[in-house]
Amino acid sequence: MKNTFIYRNPSILIFLACLAIFTLGVTLLSEAMGTAFLSTSFVKTLGKTLCLCLIAVAMDLVWGYCGILSLGHFAFFGLGGYMIGMWLMYERTRLIIVDSMAAATIPPTPQEVTDAIGGQIFGVVGSSEFPLIWTFAHSLTLQLAMVVIVPGLLALVFGWLAFRSRVTGVYLSILTQAMTLALSLYLFQNESGLRGNNGLSGLQNLPGVEASQAFVSIWFFWASAFALGAGYLLCAWVVSGKFGSVVRGIRDDEARVRFLGYSVEGYKLFIFTFTAIIAGVAGALYYPQAGIINPGEVAPIASIYLAVWVAIGGRGRLYGAVIGAALVSLISTWFTGGLVPSVPLGFYTIDWVDWWLVLLGLSFVLVTLFAPKGIGGLFDYFGHRLAPERHGADYGPDKGFLRQEEGQD
Amino acid sequence: MATLLEVSGISVTFDGYRAIRNLSFSIGERELRAIIGPNGAGKTTFMDIVTGKTKPDEGRVIWGEMSRNLLKMNEAKIAQAGLGRKFQRPTVFEDQTVEDNLMMALKNPRGAFPCLFFRPAFKDRAKVEELASEVGLSDALSRKSGELSHGQKQWLEIGMLLAQEPRLMLVDEPAAGMTLAEREHTTDLLVNLAKTRAVVVVEHDMEFVRRLNCKVTVLHEGSVLAEGSLDHVTKDPRVIEVYLGR
Repeated sequence: MKNTFIYRNPSILIFLACLAIFTLGVTLLSEAMGTAFLSTSFVKTLGKTLCLCLIAVAMDLVWGYCGILSLGHFAFFGLGGYMIGMWLMYERTRLIIVDSMAAATIPPTPQEVTDAIGGQIFGVVGSSEFPLIWTFAHSLTLQLAMVVIVPGLLALVFGWLAFRSRVTGVYLSILTQAMTLALSLYLFQNESGLRGNNGLSGLQNLPGVEASQAFVSIWFFWASAFALGAGYLLCAWVVSGKFGSVVRGIRDDEARVRFLGYSVEGYKLFIFTFTAIIAGVAGALYYPQAGIINPGEVAPIASIYLAVWVAIGGRGRLYGAVIGAALVSLISTWFTGGLVPSVPLGFYTIDWVDWWLVLLGLSFVLVTLFAPKGIGGLFDYFGHRLAPERHGADYGPDKGFLRQEEGQD
Repeated sequence: MATLLEVSGISVTFDGYRAIRNLSFSIGERELRAIIGPNGAGKTTFMDIVTGKTKPDEGRVIWGEMSRNLLKMNEAKIAQAGLGRKFQRPTVFEDQTVEDNLMMALKNPRGAFPCLFFRPAFKDRAKVEELASEVGLSDALSRKSGELSHGQKQWLEIGMLLAQEPRLMLVDEPAAGMTLAEREHTTDLLVNLAKTRAVVVVEHDMEFVRRLNCKVTVLHEGSVLAEGSLDHVTKDPRVIEVYLGR
């Protein structure tokens, strides 16, 4: 009992309890339950925030634990969204087409139905042919599999090439930025087969579901909460035990881990691909709540925001990433929503919609300089679990056993 | 004595500077060997080559009874083959406990998936405790290794090296930063270890080497200058010139 996984990591239970209480609270206050204290759009915002927390957990795993500053994880997030969006759009269009054609005197052939769907979906980019990548769009099961396979495969190939050539540090970060930029530029093209800059839209409508958005939003909220809980548990399990030891070792001293006989590249590839899959799943839950996905979502800046959330929340601890993502993205919604009153200075008026980014950048710099552990570090502060602050110096061979608080000289 | 590691004719050049030139020597099984030489003699480069960190321009490094070519293997594979290395500066994972450090070094499957599902068995815990007591860190198992003193970190690293159960240990200046008593303890430990495996000690402290009482290889400008007992090599006029003269 004493060595069980949960016993050694009590923060997991606390986190799951908080998540459960939060989910219950939002459910009871939602429009679906009749209380309508929280609007449907706000429930959607909260649900989306949970998805962002999930990708932040993935980012923390890859950056905070393994030391790979990936600035491309939103590419995987976006790909997950596109994959589920393809099915949602196809199926919904199909139902509408079948409905409207049912009135015709001659029943439509399957080919006519397919052509009509193609015309509806790709009309905006001047085409009606289904591109090859839509081959599986008719099947929910296959498209759900693609949510996992496509980001996973991209991460596997990209990671294999990058880690094999031992690209590390800032060069790897630049490479991941280049990847997400390339993907975004590709998706912007009409020829990409994913409707170019129009993206996929109408994703909030579940095909064949008659229930109102109030209910759909709460379902997705539950699904997001469940995914976050399960993802958190899985990540916490991965970083516990020896695997976690090795991964943190890679972060701190990669060469030393190699000389212990561990294949650093294999471990990095595992973490990179695993977190890409989590990001894909998070994206697949996010975009049906957002209702629309376009290539702008995959833009490099999104992945940089992700790193900022994790840094502000606290690297190297999973709940830190959740706190950072939730706090910063919610505050960001508040500021950019135009709800914060402007500050008139006489000669200039501070409009927070524009100035919020400055504020965010400033807080990122301040956190990096003065609180490298982020908000999560506060838990250490209150829990009196302060790490030694000897700045590398120790107390010498005889006093080495003194702890930080014992050796106050 | 069967040969465990054979280095023949290796040369390596860094930006036109020849760090190692045509270096050849061999180490037998269960041999204790000291490598000495002035700064820039190529001691560390030699270790880098053997452990796979640096690839030489020419030459061969042959390992074990299967005569495997180490130059074709990466660092992890070489370590798995049974070559352990202790660095000059103690390099332990400071953010993790002594127990985690030792558990990570313990000889077990190194792949990502076996590691993911690894849960320490009773024998693993027993082995960690045994190693900790051997290097005098029994009381510190649950402490973060970053809190240890310099000497204790050296010991922890030696413990990690033992946990790997290597067939050949490359030890770079083990006595650096140790007190006199700790140095003596280290000498005894190294002599003891060499009874069951090969140990190569790189050192420039002559007193320490004398206490090891073993065959000595003197490196100079990247090749072997002299080889034999310490008394033999210290009488060699070329060694005297390199160490004292010029």
